Amino acid sequence: MEQIKKEKYLWMYERMKLIRTFEDRVADLFTNGKIPGFVHLYAGEEAIATGVCAHLTDRDYITSTHRGHGHCIAKGVDVREMMAELFGKTTGSCKGKGGSMHIAEINKGMLGACGIVGAGGPLACGSGLTAKVLGTDQVTACFFGDGASEQGTMHESMNLASIWKLPVIFVCENNMYAESTPSSYHCAIGEICARAAAYNFPGLAIDGTDVLAVYEAASEAIARARRGEGPSLIEARAFRYYGHFVGDAQTYKTKEEVEAYKTHDPITLFEQRLLEDGLISNTELAKIDARTEERIEEAVHYANESPFPAAEDCLKDVYVSYPNQEVRL
Amino acid sequence: MTTRTLTFREAINEALRLEMRRDPTVILMGEDVVGGATVPHLEATGEDAWGGPLGVTMGLAKEFGKKRVLDTPISESAFIGAAVGAAATGLRPIAELMFVDFFGVCMDQIYNQGAKLRYMFGGKAQIPMVIRTMIGSGLRAAAQHSGCHYSVFTHMPGLKTVVPSTPYEAKGLLISAIRDPDPVIFFEHKLLYDISGEVPEENYTIPLGVADIKRKGKDMTVVALSRLVHVALESAEKLSKDGIELEVIDLRSLSPLDSKTILESVKKTHRLLVVDEDNPRCSIASDIVALVSGQAFDYLDAPPWMMTAPHTPTPFSPPLEDYYIPSLEKIVSTVKRLVGRSSNASKGF
Repeated sequence: MEQIKKEKYLWMYERMKLIRTFEDRVADLFTNGKIPGFVHLYAGEEAIATGVCAHLTDRDYITSTHRGHGHCIAKGVDVREMMAELFGKTTGSCKGKGGSMHIAEINKGMLGACGIVGAGGPLACGSGLTAKVLGTDQVTACFFGDGASEQGTMHESMNLASIWKLPVIFVCENNMYAESTPSSYHCAIGEICARAAAYNFPGLAIDGTDVLAVYEAASEAIARARRGEGPSLIEARAFRYYGHFVGDAQTYKTKEEVEAYKTHDPITLFEQRLLEDGLISNTELAKIDARTEERIEEAVHYANESPFPAAEDCLKDVYVSYPNQEVRL
Repeated sequence: MTTRTLTFREAINEALRLEMRRDPTVILMGEDVVGGATVPHLEATGEDAWGGPLGVTMGLAKEFGKKRVLDTPISESAFIGAAVGAAATGLRPIAELMFVDFFGVCMDQIYNQGAKLRYMFGGKAQIPMVIRTMIGSGLRAAAQHSGCHYSVFTHMPGLKTVVPSTPYEAKGLLISAIRDPDPVIFFEHKLLYDISGEVPEENYTIPLGVADIKRKGKDMTVVALSRLVHVALESAEKLSKDGIELEVIDLRSLSPLDSKTILESVKKTHRLLVVDEDNPRCSIASDIVALVSGQAFDYLDAPPWMMTAPHTPTPFSPPLEDYYIPSLEKIVSTVKRLVGRSSNASKGF
């Protein structure tokens, strides 16, 4: 039992570290013009995706958001292919057709990051419905932000999931801001999780910087979903280090607020906990950190070395079957 | 091939029934597709309250159970989006959008999710779903329950659009749509539900992207779709008495579009009229006129023409709505004018 716990904890630590290293590196690459478009980073929220996905297998599904890199990594998407996708390369997760906001890996149960706020709720109902109709025990974790919680799609989806008792875990990542707008302004009710009562399923708020708190809350919600008892809502509160996107000057935050983040860093907190509990030594930690750095370095190298897609690849993958001449017109 | 007479409504119901029997991953959902969900006296017998707003899905819940035939709340975003998610994960959902005019409340799920996931994911997703939806004016249902709007969806890469005109086509095209690996929007004209026609008993398909020449003729090509195919055929019979022979093409699907059949016909008749109940700007009608202008220009003896509803919402009052819908009289007079003119005399149209 202790061994299982240790393995799981170390898996979670390494996964969080991998997300952070990936995101810090992406911020750097983006600032230096290596990554086209724009990127929304997950740094500061790693404990949420990790604590939830620690319970999931490749057969379970997740839906994601525009801030999706962390969800992808937690669900096991290859970081080399992710980085290549950010670079727009043909070896990317989506052959360079999606970019940061659309990384997907259906075989890993990752139903895609998504550029439309609140659009993942209905998709999660769909994968939940598949499990229910086919009679499997697969569950779907639906990640969405505090901003998305004000979208009609989320209200519709939570109601639908409840009346159909779908195996969906709604995970609201409350990072306190919808873009630059504070949740204290955009949310009529202080606690988003309280809305679960309106849909007749359990809701609770947890500290989303504490991976063990997330792990525990997700454990109950996922077990409930697998038992066929329907959805739950977990509101996990955390902080968004890079603002809405890389380049966001974050003038809507105070210096004190940003300073306060440092005492809530999910990785530092978990590292301390692991050391205190004697589950890991400093040497082992250093090994994990080195391994993580190496993986991200390798991913950047892979992305750099990979070719861009051929221009005519633009015309592929719209349909499974369609007259080619009509796509080209 | 044994055939018998079915209504358009019955043909659609039969297509759904046969495909649900054949493939357990086919499910059906929408508002009131059964009706009266959880009402005890209905639950006891398995009867529908409605079986769809116009009875098209009657009896399906009784045969397949409510796990596969699902009444939904009035939450189009949630259930159309759920159809996308279910399609991406192994089902073949058919979602019913009661009136196409309601697309405004769920368009994100249709075109940002359903239509784009495959492309954005570099071909990794397949979304084999069908959205069945009701179109068309003529029931005095006014502006929010009478539109056609298939042109809006045809504009969007990733979607296929199918517009049947007869019971035979409705069944064969719907079965193809259900088996298709891509998202298909299937547009059912509400004035067609009661028309009858010969329909084979077995499970047959009509390929998407293949138009049907409903009438051969040498003087002008009339491209039509949905209910107006019938009006075009009536117009052709009337004009035949005056010695004008129309070739009437039923498009059947708009995306993919059978441009080959249209172009070959125009090269033979040298004239084109597109008859369409949708609004005219940026429409399938204007698209076909552009196609013919670009690819058959040298064959034309008259300006390629389109007759559509005006650029207005659908009005309520009977004289207004009758004016709005392209009619037999308008088709006949337009054809006569076009046939009497050469390509350099387009003034006055």
